[in-house]
Amino acid sequence: MIQLGAVYVLAGLIFAAVAVLSAGDRANPRRIRNAAFWGLLALSFLFGDRFGDFGNGLLVLALVGVGGIWGLGIGKPKTTTPEERQRSSTVRGNALFLPALVIPAIALGGSFLLKPYAQPGQATLVSLALGIVVALAIAMLWLRPPLSAPLQEARRLFDSVGWATVLPQMLAALGAIFATSGVGDAVGRLMTSTIPLDSRFAAVAAYTIGMALFTMVMGNAFAAFPVMTAAIGLPLIVHKFGGDPAVMGAIGMLSGFCGTLLTPMAANFNIVPAALLELKDRNAVIKVQAPTALWLLAANTVLMYVLVFRR
Amino acid sequence: MLILSGIAIVVLGFALRINPLPVVALAALATGLAAGHDLVAVIAAFGKAFNDSRFVTIPWLILPVIGLLERYGLQERARQVIGRVRVATPGRLLLVYMILRQVTAALGLTALGGHPQMVRPLIAPMAEGAADEPSEDDKQTIRAYAASADNVGVFFGEDIFVAIGSILLIKGFLEQNGIAVEPLDLSVWAIPTAFVALAVHGARLLLLDRKLRRTP
Repeated sequence: MIQLGAVYVLAGLIFAAVAVLSAGDRANPRRIRNAAFWGLLALSFLFGDRFGDFGNGLLVLALVGVGGIWGLGIGKPKTTTPEERQRSSTVRGNALFLPALVIPAIALGGSFLLKPYAQPGQATLVSLALGIVVALAIAMLWLRPPLSAPLQEARRLFDSVGWATVLPQMLAALGAIFATSGVGDAVGRLMTSTIPLDSRFAAVAAYTIGMALFTMVMGNAFAAFPVMTAAIGLPLIVHKFGGDPAVMGAIGMLSGFCGTLLTPMAANFNIVPAALLELKDRNAVIKVQAPTALWLLAANTVLMYVLVFRR
Repeated sequence: MLILSGIAIVVLGFALRINPLPVVALAALATGLAAGHDLVAVIAAFGKAFNDSRFVTIPWLILPVIGLLERYGLQERARQVIGRVRVATPGRLLLVYMILRQVTAALGLTALGGHPQMVRPLIAPMAEGAADEPSEDDKQTIRAYAASADNVGVFFGEDIFVAIGSILLIKGFLEQNGIAVEPLDLSVWAIPTAFVALAVHGARLLLLDRKLRRTP
C-alpha cells in the first residue's frame, strides 16, 4: 500500500526550509512571525500524528494566532529582475513550458497506474507529488540554478499567499466539526419548517436555491447534498410529486456548484486564487463569478422543473 | 438552534472582512461547545480534524517548481507566445481555455488545470498578454476572469464524467434511500447545465473584451 506519509514528510521539509529561510531574511521586519507560521506548519506535517488530538488543537490555535491575529509580513528572497526574466524567456523559449506540463501528465498517468496500490483517493495526490519531484529534477538539471533557488522561490510565492495557504485545510476541519455536531440536520429542519412547499415549482425552487445557499454556508456542495436531498428532494420532489431521482440528484448537485462560485468558504476556488494572482480585492473572483452563478441557478431551477416531471 | 452559532460567526466574519483564520477557529469552537462538549474536547476534535485534513494542503507543493520556472521567465514567455497571435484577445483566450477545461473535466481529466498549476503561471499571463496595453485595473480584472474561467469550466464539466466524486456521492446517497440509479443516468442530466454554463460564462468572457476596450 502506498501511503501519504512520505508526501507529508516532503511537505514538512519544504515548510521547514521556508521557515528557516524566513528567519534569516532581514528585509522582512516580521521575519520572526513568518518563521513561526511556516515552522508550525512544518511541525504539523512532520509530526502531526504524534502530537495527539489536543496537541494538534493547540498547534492550530497557534497557527491562527500567528497568521490570523499577529499578522505575517512578506519576505524578499533574492530572485531575478524583470529584465533578466525577459532575456531568459527569449533564450529558453517554449521549453520553459515543459517542466510545468510534466506535472499534470505524471499526475494523470500515475493516478491510473497507482490506483490498485494506494488507498482510495490517495493515488492522485501521491502521483501529483511524484510529478512535482520529477519536474523539479528536470528543471534543476536544465537550468542549473543555485541549490537554494527552488526553496527561495517557493518562499516568495508562499509569502504572497500568506495565511490563505492554510485556510482550505481549516475549512475542511470546520466542515468535519459541523458534520459531527449535526449542523446540517438543523439547517434542513429550519428550511422545511419555514417555507411552504405545496406546489411542484415551490419544491423544486426551494431545493435548488437551498442547495446553493447551504453550499455557500458549508463551502462545499458535497456537504449540502445529503442534507437538502433528505429534507426536500426525496420527500417532496420524488415521493410526493413523483419526480425522477436521477434528474433531481444531478441538477441538484449542480445547483450546489452555483453556490460554490459565490462563497469565500470555498477558499480553494475563490480566495486562494485571489491571493495567488495578487488581486487587491480578496473577493474579486467571487464578484466576477456572481452573475454567471445566478443565471445558472435560475437555469437549473427551470431545467429541473421541466425535466424532473417529464414522464 | 444554538448549534447554528458557528454559521452565524462565519457569515458575520466574512461580512465584516475579519481575517478568516480566527473566524473559522471561533466558529469551530462555538459549534462544538453548542453541541455540548467541553472546551478541551472541542479543541481536540478541531485538532484531529485539522490533522486528518492535511491532504488538502498537498497541492501547494507545486510552488517550488512554478517559482523556479518563473525565475527563468515562464510568465514572460506565456505573454510573448500569445502576444504573437493577432486574433487573440483576453476574452477569446479565456473562452478557449474554459472549453478545454470543461471538455477535459468531462473526460475525467480534472487534474489538467487548476489555479497554482495553470492559471497563475500560464493562463493569467497569457490573457494579460493578449490585451492591448492593459492598465493595472484591467490586469486585475483579467486575472479575476482567468480564475473564474477555470472554476466554471471544471465545475460544469466534471459531472458529465461517470466516475467523479460528486456522481458517486449522489448514487451512494440515493442507494441508501432505496433508489438504484446508474452513474450514466446521472451524468447525462449534467449535460444541459453544462451547455448553459458554457453559453452564459462564454458570453460574459467575450463581453470582457468590450469592457476592456471601453476603458482606455
